[in-house]
Amino acid sequence: MEQILHNRRAIVLLMGPALLVYSGVVLLPIVWSLVYTFFEGNVIGGFHFVGLQNYRQLLSDAAFWQALVFTLKYAVTVTAGQIMLGLLLALLYVFYLRRASALVRTLVFFPVVLPTVAVAQLFAKIFAIAPQYGLVNAGLALLHLDGWIQAWLGQGSTAFWVLALMDIWRAMGFYAVLLYAGLVEIPAELIEAARVDGASGLRLVWHVILPLLLPILLSALIFSINGTLKVFDSILALTGGGPGQATTPLTLYMFNTAFSYGQYGYGSTLAMALAVLSLMVTIVIFGSARRDVA
Amino acid sequence: MMRSDVAARSSRPAPAPVFTRVARWSPRSRSQRQPRRRRLSWLRRLPVRLLLLLLLTIEIYPLIWLLLSSFKEDAEFSLRPLWALPAGLHWQNYVEAWTTGNIGLYFLNSVLTVFPALALILALSVPAGFALEVMRWRGRNLVLLLFLAGIMVPLQILLLPLFTIYFHLDLIDTRWALIITYTGFGLPLTVFLMAGYFKAIPRELLEAAILDGAGLVQLFLRVAVPLVSNGLVTVALVQFFFLWNDLLFSLTFISNDQLRTIQTGLLNFTGQYGQVAWGPTFAAVSLAVFPTLLLYLLLNQRVIKGLTAGALKG
Repeated sequence: MEQILHNRRAIVLLMGPALLVYSGVVLLPIVWSLVYTFFEGNVIGGFHFVGLQNYRQLLSDAAFWQALVFTLKYAVTVTAGQIMLGLLLALLYVFYLRRASALVRTLVFFPVVLPTVAVAQLFAKIFAIAPQYGLVNAGLALLHLDGWIQAWLGQGSTAFWVLALMDIWRAMGFYAVLLYAGLVEIPAELIEAARVDGASGLRLVWHVILPLLLPILLSALIFSINGTLKVFDSILALTGGGPGQATTPLTLYMFNTAFSYGQYGYGSTLAMALAVLSLMVTIVIFGSARRDVA
Repeated sequence: MMRSDVAARSSRPAPAPVFTRVARWSPRSRSQRQPRRRRLSWLRRLPVRLLLLLLLTIEIYPLIWLLLSSFKEDAEFSLRPLWALPAGLHWQNYVEAWTTGNIGLYFLNSVLTVFPALALILALSVPAGFALEVMRWRGRNLVLLLFLAGIMVPLQILLLPLFTIYFHLDLIDTRWALIITYTGFGLPLTVFLMAGYFKAIPRELLEAAILDGAGLVQLFLRVAVPLVSNGLVTVALVQFFFLWNDLLFSLTFISNDQLRTIQTGLLNFTGQYGQVAWGPTFAAVSLAVFPTLLLYLLLNQRVIKGLTAGALKG
């Protein structure tokens, strides 16, 4: 029996193809990308070595810092919204809906599977001002709140909130299900004991449920922040990064640098900065969690 | 929503006792024991019910509005309130989106790239998962870790090297560029989840099969794969949604309008017509949204389980 499971040729045959394709499409490009950060040029014009030039450019590039600030602001806002609303929904499912919650869970979850471009188009029409008012502006006109009518997607400040709203709308049901799965795992005896000790409502949630939910809350947090730091589809499809540069995240700035201006070296440096950023954020969250537990 | 209940019951027998456990310490079960308090409790629950109504409106109304708007003539948008019902079923919008707007072609392109990629992902990752969890060899953990690393990497890092490779292989503006990329990109999560499913098979079962004289091929095809077939479908479904909704790769590797997938096609379509022709735009968006929605409604419990499993592992 041991012989069968130790069969080397079989292992190579089973594992080899997947490992080969994965190495070619994912692992090799990661290394290659790192090499690109020391070069300048593109596939058509050729490349030449520039040393640390790209990294120096990164530090003095105002557009990079603007994109970085936008990315962080966006990631923090959207992650906070996704996790907090997800948690509230999960508590709602467990404490108020209970057995009836399957239907609500299913309905609130569904925007996750919808194509981003389609959702963005829908939101573009909801917040439109020209050629005619969208749902929001038309609603404001109906309520005679004419002062509030504005080009929601035409100004950086409001476009930010429309984008955040869209991504929270899309994903809160997802996090609700994730946290719900964690909530139903909490042993009933623990909660019963806390009740007997006089904890209820908010105090029960804060002192008993949240600490018990911490591991899954952390997973959700890391997943969410990693997704929002890499936001691309929603922004490209809804605002295209505009007006001007106002809603351009790192991903979109990298894409434009590489493919509109043909700067592969600097584009790779931006991509690397993004990878380092998400790695750092993940490590920081893990680290702070360990301190909390200890 | 009977279906979802049935699906939940058949695919997830475990949570049932959990619900009853929850019910024991919930406030409502206590008030049920005291009938006099029932009316009071109904009133107390009113805010929650209103909240629920608001929640469902926020989730569902945009889609209803989308569907209704897709049947309106362009003039209706400016002449009548936006929330009014359409004056008639203006199917012309769909015809226009499908033919002039090329949505039909984009749809076909998506099918022709996503499904071959899905088949390849499964063909590669099922044996790999088997090798990782059933076979015995040194370096298994390292390989598993290598796949795990790929789940977290930002896609942007892959774009330029891949573009360079495809450029030199003359694969830019071909479906192969997408099929290959989708396959490689779908592998880490799928391999990881498949390994988990194989791990869940009781060891004794496999040992018994080997003692009964099963060879490796039989062990893999006749014993192990049938046991993970449920997980296989879930994984395929999850990858389907990821790939079908891909925008970045398609945007990067395809510029020929004849080869655009549904996402880039829709982006292009709304860029060209979106500002003025609202009717056909809504029809095009509906065409992109409702097939995925239908698939989700049919298989929702499985989709939810699969997608959240991906998050927790990753």
